Amino acid sequence: MARSDQNIVLHVDDVSKNLGGLQALSDIDFAVEEGTTHAIIGPNGAGKSTLLNVIVGRLPPTRGAVVFDGTVLTGKQPYEINQLGVARVFQTPEIFPELSVLQNVMTPAFAKRDGAFRINIFRTVDSEAEIRDEAEAILEDVGLSTRLASHAGSLSRGDKRRMELAMCLIQHPRLLLLDEPTAGMSRHDTNTTIDLLKKIKARGMTKVIIEHDMHVVFSLADRISVLSGGKIIAEGTPDEVRGSAKVQEAYLGGAHRLEAH
Amino acid sequence: MTLFALSRRDLAVFAVFAVVVLAMPFWLQPLGAAYPALMQKFVISAIFAIGFNILFGLTGYLSFGHAAFLGVGSYTAVWSFKLLTMDAIPAIFFAVLVSGLFALVIGYLSLRRSGIYFSILTLAFAQMCYNLAYSVLTPITNGETSLQLTLSDPRLIDTALAPRPAGLPSASLFGHSFSGLEGFYFCAVVLLIAFFVTQKIFASPFGMMLRAIKSNQTRMTYTGFNTRPYTLTAFVISGMFAGLAGALFAITDPLAGTERMQWTASGEVVLMTILGGVGTLIGPVIGAWFIEYFENIFSAFNESVVHAFFSFLPAEIADPVALVASKFVGEGWQLTLGLLFVLVVVFLPGGIMEGVRRIGSLFGRRGTPVSPGAARAQPAE
Repeated sequence: MARSDQNIVLHVDDVSKNLGGLQALSDIDFAVEEGTTHAIIGPNGAGKSTLLNVIVGRLPPTRGAVVFDGTVLTGKQPYEINQLGVARVFQTPEIFPELSVLQNVMTPAFAKRDGAFRINIFRTVDSEAEIRDEAEAILEDVGLSTRLASHAGSLSRGDKRRMELAMCLIQHPRLLLLDEPTAGMSRHDTNTTIDLLKKIKARGMTKVIIEHDMHVVFSLADRISVLSGGKIIAEGTPDEVRGSAKVQEAYLGGAHRLEAH
Repeated sequence: MTLFALSRRDLAVFAVFAVVVLAMPFWLQPLGAAYPALMQKFVISAIFAIGFNILFGLTGYLSFGHAAFLGVGSYTAVWSFKLLTMDAIPAIFFAVLVSGLFALVIGYLSLRRSGIYFSILTLAFAQMCYNLAYSVLTPITNGETSLQLTLSDPRLIDTALAPRPAGLPSASLFGHSFSGLEGFYFCAVVLLIAFFVTQKIFASPFGMMLRAIKSNQTRMTYTGFNTRPYTLTAFVISGMFAGLAGALFAITDPLAGTERMQWTASGEVVLMTILGGVGTLIGPVIGAWFIEYFENIFSAFNESVVHAFFSFLPAEIADPVALVASKFVGEGWQLTLGLLFVLVVVFLPGGIMEGVRRIGSLFGRRGTPVSPGAARAQPAE
């Protein structure tokens, strides 16, 4: 790779993962440059979610390492990885259904400001004006400013995902991981989400997106890694990947052939 | 002063609560419960329940072993009386400290599991404490005869300051012995302090973190929180509240027995909290009062009281009605309580407080617009 190492935020270094005898990932190696959006695409069962779980520390890799900003993430707890500056949006929104929308978005800001643990009982949540203002501003950005006091559990699926995104954004993460951010969304919601993600990109946030919706991937990604059978079979810019006969053959063609059976 | 800062709404709740607690001798009069020993029980149980609710209501971890901390608090307080002084302050200090240490150890081990396994672990530890107090540790606990004051207690501080009194002394505050209503008012003031601390926790970022842990622990870890110390802190705080309650029991009656640590006492505080409303500020207090009232007053009703109550009916109807009704009072009080508990859990899962809120919303408070600035949603109240 001809890119300078200084700008590398995330380096997945030759990672393999064996899940109960199944080789879920083999020799995955890629690097994500600061400020770019890197997409990982592939058919179901290609190992996309396993890869994401290895990156965030939910699964330890069998071999290899994940290096974020010069720190090896392997063996760290999910909360430690977040404290280093990695935030994650889940495939099924992970939110606090019993809290209000505003509280949902304020909570991560406390983790950012006060660290992984702090007994903060002398102040009240109401008096934390700075954090509340920021949460309100970010909720405005994602289009939820009218729902501040609503129970998060009562939001629609699309709104929950927008709120979860706001929960990540308030931490100003150096790296944002998105697991199928538009899964289960209508075309309209998908497009608003794409616009929102483009807006974040303008702020220079580094992102890794796992997605199988080609429309989303080609509108957002700077680089794409194509995953199939636990291996990266192609990597490059959207144009390179789109034009690659190998990808057409191995991924699209292969998937279609499988479905035709 | 951020130390005492609370929202106006919370301050109003505190003010009303303070009036209700301090005026107990008046409003309990018509209910037949206005004697000091019982009112002390009301107040102390309320402390036990609001402390329990900090753990169960905020984090969702259901402990079945909180009576252990109550017992530890009582034993520690009585030992403070025996060895040092009859003053209430050191007794409370040591009781809270020691029960906090017990909670630290038991919580550290139990919180490695969640859900039913956590509950079973706390129950197991509490039973261990109970059995230790009952048999192995009799030199410290005096086993089934209960730990009591004796004439030969050293009471180092008291005897250094003044000559030994003739009889057994009673608990005091700065040299003034409690008598009659004074003991109740002392406990009431302690309850108000405990209630205020609870309000601070509920309104604080720390309290919001605990609620968030209850809501979604996975999200908490991926949001950068180390959840274990949060739940452990909540466990220790609620253990200290239980120890405080135990100390107050010892202060009002300088005696500590094993029965205070029995699992039924642990179960009772769970009932109080659920009956009143889990996760609400006032609910556990109401639940505690409710159950204490039933246990002490309702259980004393006998058939003649029931007959008198139904005497306005013609005799042919009054007799069978009174006969059936009498099965639900007196010795049958637990039958009524059980039925009540079933009704609340089935129809009002949020406890008595949910009933209050539903009635409140019937009278049109629902229409109040929520300003964004005051958008501190009340998920559990």
